[in-house]
Amino acid sequence: MIKVENLSKKFDGKFAVERINFEVAEGETLVLLGTSGCGKTTTLRMINRLIEPDSGEVYIDGKNVAGQQPELMRRHMGYVLQNHGLFPHYTVLENMSVVPKLLNWDKEKIRSRSMELLDKLKLDRTLGKQYPSALSGGQQQRVGLARALMADPPILLMDEPFGALDNITRADIRREFTELDELVKKTIILVTHDIQEAFEMGNKICLMDKGQVMQYGTPEELLFKPQSSFVASFLREHKLLLELKFLKMGKHTAWDLLGQLERGKLREILLTSGE
Amino acid sequence: MEESQSLGQFMVQQSGKLMSQTLTHISLTLLSMMFAITIAVPLGIWIARKRRFSVPVLGFAGILQTIPSIALLGIMIPFLGIGPKPAILALFLYALLPVIRNTYTGITGVDPVVIDAAKGMGMSNWQILIKVELPLAFPVLMAGIRTATVINVGVATLAAYIAAGGLGEFIFGGIALNNSNMILAGAVPAALLAVVLDFLLSRVQRLSLRRVRIAYLLLPFMFVLFCSFYFLPTKIGGRMLAGFTPEFMGRQDGYLGLKEVYKLKMETVVISDAVKYKAAYEGKLDVIDGYSTDGRLKAFDLITLEDDQHIFPPYYAAPVVRQDVLKKHPVLEIVLNKLSGLLDDEEMTRLNYNVDKLKQSPEKVAADFLSAHHLLQPALPGGEGLIRIGSKVFGEQYILAQIYKLLIRGYSHLDVETKTGLGGTQICFDALKNNQIDLYPEYTGTGLLVILHPSLSVLNGIPKDKDAVFSYVKKEFSRQFNLTWLKPIGFNNSYALMMRRKQAADLNIKSITDLVHYIKEN
Repeated sequence: MIKVENLSKKFDGKFAVERINFEVAEGETLVLLGTSGCGKTTTLRMINRLIEPDSGEVYIDGKNVAGQQPELMRRHMGYVLQNHGLFPHYTVLENMSVVPKLLNWDKEKIRSRSMELLDKLKLDRTLGKQYPSALSGGQQQRVGLARALMADPPILLMDEPFGALDNITRADIRREFTELDELVKKTIILVTHDIQEAFEMGNKICLMDKGQVMQYGTPEELLFKPQSSFVASFLREHKLLLELKFLKMGKHTAWDLLGQLERGKLREILLTSGE
Repeated sequence: MEESQSLGQFMVQQSGKLMSQTLTHISLTLLSMMFAITIAVPLGIWIARKRRFSVPVLGFAGILQTIPSIALLGIMIPFLGIGPKPAILALFLYALLPVIRNTYTGITGVDPVVIDAAKGMGMSNWQILIKVELPLAFPVLMAGIRTATVINVGVATLAAYIAAGGLGEFIFGGIALNNSNMILAGAVPAALLAVVLDFLLSRVQRLSLRRVRIAYLLLPFMFVLFCSFYFLPTKIGGRMLAGFTPEFMGRQDGYLGLKEVYKLKMETVVISDAVKYKAAYEGKLDVIDGYSTDGRLKAFDLITLEDDQHIFPPYYAAPVVRQDVLKKHPVLEIVLNKLSGLLDDEEMTRLNYNVDKLKQSPEKVAADFLSAHHLLQPALPGGEGLIRIGSKVFGEQYILAQIYKLLIRGYSHLDVETKTGLGGTQICFDALKNNQIDLYPEYTGTGLLVILHPSLSVLNGIPKDKDAVFSYVKKEFSRQFNLTWLKPIGFNNSYALMMRRKQAADLNIKSITDLVHYIKEN
């Protein structure tokens, strides 16, 4: 669905992204993981051409994005930003109808789709007439996602979508999002620095450092077969918790079994150390 | 105008003029603002996109702001003439900086995350500008427009200097005529106008731009509508145009007298003393008022029209001297009277021209003049006493003071000290009365109207001819102040109407009556 080949970008003569390759199949979620400045956001923004690469190609459904008109192309890719990026002078409903209006949807279609998404994202319908400044951080982030989902784009690009939220809200919203039917079929590329988040949401993880891919694979591969000492040390603090979650014992993970055994006691300890 | 008249009465009496001046004022302000917004907003957006141009563009607009308004108006006369065109251009230039800067600040102040989101959703640059950046920058942008509008309501008063009309006509007329009602009749509406426009724009500022798109589009049309009130005082083919100073317009011995006595009916605009000569020279005006010995007459090749019905009171110059000094030094009177009859209007104009335009020193001009009349003598040894000569602060008075100094030194054993540049009439006169100077050159008309200041009935009783006025001021100065008017020097520095030499010759106009006839026939 999305294929990135030898993508490079230099800022001030220094590589921000250097010869990156990955591929995301339809319905898969790829997480670009790394510390700040590792080039993960630059990579994401080269996919919808907010940044033009110096070299390398991006293909979507086999078509090179470089040959397409960026505005038209972006209307079919949802984009969710860390600080939600809602228009402060638009109400929630107006924010949500930006892309449908660009696509010339009729009013009734926009309205029914808005209501559907407000309900799905557990936003009260009365919030529709509010301005973003009147909403809580969690609500703003939901509206940001709703806006990106309005036109039901096949691809969703998410840049630290939960980054501006506090830990508890973040964990809640993340759980809700992963359960959301709207997201199940989407091809998603998600940028994060949060290891928990990456392992929870990603079908594949692309761990980056200094503009280069350190390891690209499934969460299990990163966890159990780290390709370098960098990958191992990057995951070290979270290793135990993650291993418990990914270690299969029959149908259940070790994590689930532990939770049942200790009625939350041990699990609590692990949780606090993990977060 | 009676002195007891209240501001309210004055405004009622002048309501027609006040209304047209106010409308002109509004038109000048709004038209210039419309042009400024049309240019400055796109320019502000452009420098917000290309930041490296922001410094030179804002710097240049800032420099425009520092040019003194009257200088800016003066510079434009050769290109745009007089009237509303240069006034609107000047106001336009003054409005640029606040509007450009606030547009720039507003656009650059929009949260980049919001712009990023807009781009990421597939908005085009134009859509981002119209739907996101401008609405978000709108309050800041409007603040700039408000600032510029309030400034322009104030600066537009100066439009009266170049015949563009507006409330400045009352303000400057009132200052020139020392009529506070007239000043306030211009200043109060101008201040109210600034407050009202600012208030209206503050309402616009609070609107959400997105919701009032229709009203927003209508705004320029409203501007144009206002401008339809505008009557442009411009020269219309074939007809002659007069430009008079605010003072002249309001004086009985000025425009009012011209209308009453000569029945002069011609198109008239109000203009400042500083630019009228140039405007006449450039052919933007055909008739102007002025002083008959002004050096600029010669500099701009103008001639004066004869006042054949004597509406301008005579302003014959003569030395005014303390009587005690004349008694102590009888020779002084003889020496000072040597100048009497030697300096006519044309000669005085020439001397003024030499000083004002050719920048010769008054000392040199005085010496050259006396030498031409064989009156320049080497200084005699002094010691018999000190004579202190005063003068007001303009060229003609400096020249006269220097001539008297040379005459006294050449023909008596008296020493001389000159105290030139004593400001206006009142300062000179007080200095003379309080024995700080012994003599200074004064004009009969000034002595009559400024110093003696007789009641209207007494004034009407004095015939407007040269000798009657002279003997009246001579008698009253002697009686009231113990000051003596010696013999008049000869020239008459009074009000006069002026025309370009060539045009007057072509049309065969020599006197004001000729002018009135010519206008009637054409």
